[in-house]
Amino acid sequence: MKPIIKIQNLSKRYRLGGNGGARYATLRESLSGMMHAPLAILGRKGRASRPELWALKDINLEIMPGEVIGIIGSNGAGKSTLLKVISRVTEPTEGRVELYGRIGSLLEVGTGFHPELTGRENVYLNGAILGMKKEEIERKFNDIVRFAEVERFLDTPIKRYSSGMYVRLAFAVAAHLEPDVLLVDEVLSVGDMAFQKKCLQKISQMRSHSNAILIVSHNMIAVRAICEKVILLSQGQLAAAGRADEIVPLYEKLMLENVKTETVADEREEGMGIIRVKSVRLVNRAGTEARAFDTGESMKVVVEYEARQRAVSVVAYAAIRRPDGFICMGTSTRLEGVVLPPLEGPGVVELEISELLVIPGYYIMDVTFYDENFEFRTYFLGRKQISFQINSSLPSLDDKYGVFYQKHKWNIDDVNVNSPAHR
Amino acid sequence: MGLTSNENVSALEPAVTKQTATITEASPIRHTSYQVPDNPLVVIAPTKSWVALNLGDLLTYRELLYFLIWRDVKVRYKQTALGAAWAIIQPLFTMLIFTLFFGRLAGISSEGIPYPIFAYAGLLPWTFFSNAISNGSSSLIGDSRLITKVYFPRMVIPIAAVGAGLVDFVIAFIILVGLMAYYGIGLSLNILMLPVLVLLLTLLATGVAMWMSALNLKYRDVRYALPFLIQLWMFASPIIYPASLVPERWKWALALNPLTGIIEGFRASLLGYRNFDWKTLTISAVITLIILIYSAYTFRRMEKGFADIV
Repeated sequence: MKPIIKIQNLSKRYRLGGNGGARYATLRESLSGMMHAPLAILGRKGRASRPELWALKDINLEIMPGEVIGIIGSNGAGKSTLLKVISRVTEPTEGRVELYGRIGSLLEVGTGFHPELTGRENVYLNGAILGMKKEEIERKFNDIVRFAEVERFLDTPIKRYSSGMYVRLAFAVAAHLEPDVLLVDEVLSVGDMAFQKKCLQKISQMRSHSNAILIVSHNMIAVRAICEKVILLSQGQLAAAGRADEIVPLYEKLMLENVKTETVADEREEGMGIIRVKSVRLVNRAGTEARAFDTGESMKVVVEYEARQRAVSVVAYAAIRRPDGFICMGTSTRLEGVVLPPLEGPGVVELEISELLVIPGYYIMDVTFYDENFEFRTYFLGRKQISFQINSSLPSLDDKYGVFYQKHKWNIDDVNVNSPAHR
Repeated sequence: MGLTSNENVSALEPAVTKQTATITEASPIRHTSYQVPDNPLVVIAPTKSWVALNLGDLLTYRELLYFLIWRDVKVRYKQTALGAAWAIIQPLFTMLIFTLFFGRLAGISSEGIPYPIFAYAGLLPWTFFSNAISNGSSSLIGDSRLITKVYFPRMVIPIAAVGAGLVDFVIAFIILVGLMAYYGIGLSLNILMLPVLVLLLTLLATGVAMWMSALNLKYRDVRYALPFLIQLWMFASPIIYPASLVPERWKWALALNPLTGIIEGFRASLLGYRNFDWKTLTISAVITLIILIYSAYTFRRMEKGFADIV
């Protein structure tokens, strides 16, 4: 059988900004650069000296029609870059990709949705952006609306939609693309559980239309459930490929080792950048910054942010995640009725956890600011994640001991035995 | 990471094909009706230094262009209280102010035509042009989410911004018709040139907008420089004054501004009070095409980096 996608020696290099992290060049910098070192520009030395990052390095892959493939790997492993190259959003530096079918990409739910336009108008706009013909959208319009369950609000501007309606409508449009190859990036993690389930069902259905599906996900449960084959990327390279039940455990093991060795380095920032999370500091009982805590110890999460523009209706969210993405504990200001004032400029938000009751292991503190009018994770304003470790005097606990180590006590006859962690 | 040494896991490419074989055997129920064509539909590879304009791609995505224009027009009129009235208010009030200051107080010649209609006939194309390049130049930044998520020819975005301006242009025409009726100026055969002039003006606006939008993405200075440049450009074009006011020895400099031929052409075409200055118009047309072709190539060359720098 012939492959539907053929990837040969694919590499993608990013040049990192060399001027103090400034993302945009300004004319002045380019001009003054030319003044100071005219020869450097001629000889291209100026560019070559900037640090480089190979987001993808020498990837070779053949994807057959009918395959559902999961792409996994830690943050920055190149998963999203791979999808972006295949969907032609960004150009490779070396190598080539041959596409033998129409590509539909679902790198984001609701790409191009405009809040002022009505649901009906957005279906057409979004459909056109995703590559559907007008006639095709008209034909599928009723199905899309039925799937999204927004019939009554079709002529309402979507800025008045609830976040659930918004995501449902956005997903509905994308789900009705019928490409030969479907690329999906983290869509599985959007919305609540019920919606995620619906998405998974739809993706399974889409297999009948779609001749191959590539899914990037951190959700290993979903990956195991829907992908027969999994590709593991590590630092831009294809580290392993094989069946989901072989590769997923390997990845989980790798993630744990990673967290162990790269505790300090593992910090990442993302979001729309309206609110920049400058730092997330974890402070222990003694009041000092730490990356290792004991079970039962208190933790203060100190978040320094800077709102680059005035931001209203902001919700602060924090979660303790396992390296596999599972959320052990999550909380938000909205959940507990804490109202943040409009944010402007720099500021600090603190979260105090009086007792850390998760089992020993490696965890990630995920701090996210989002707009309460939009679905969490679809449009977050700013986010930072930082890893930490929970230690205990107990021997290492495997997954049969669950997630939490609650305060408890065994009573055997008349002898009371306290749990060692809370003695 | 030392993963490749793991025996349990099939590492790298050869194993992938092996694995594929087992999967196919394991799930024989899968119906794949898709016939893989012999030749790839698309080949993705790094572009060489010389890029093709790839205008066929633009044709494939003409529906997207239509939807983006439609979105721009709709959103603008929905977000404003006065809606479509803005298309008229801007040139109308500018005309009134110009008439007062330049026509009455400064007494600038209007070649025998009532100054209000003289100014409006120049302001009509100018308002379209200046709005088109200022909206066009910020269009890529405004749609940066699209650029990082979906593939389509990026040129569609600034072209749509210019296209949306054409709707305002048509609305603003109503005032001109009213003014012509008021001052009793009839149509002449010169009006036949109007479609050509509108096309030239649109091409020029598209060229400048494409170029500026790509530059703006890379150099955010453009946002600050452009309003200033637009202002300069207005005074360098025969909008408040007729080209005939410029001394003979500076005529050539004025003619280098492609708007000169177009705006003078608009007046000649609409008001019919004099013949076309074919020489200037030809120069304007040639410069317009040069700008359009240059910026289309520049845009194509910069386009591949858009998703990475935005």
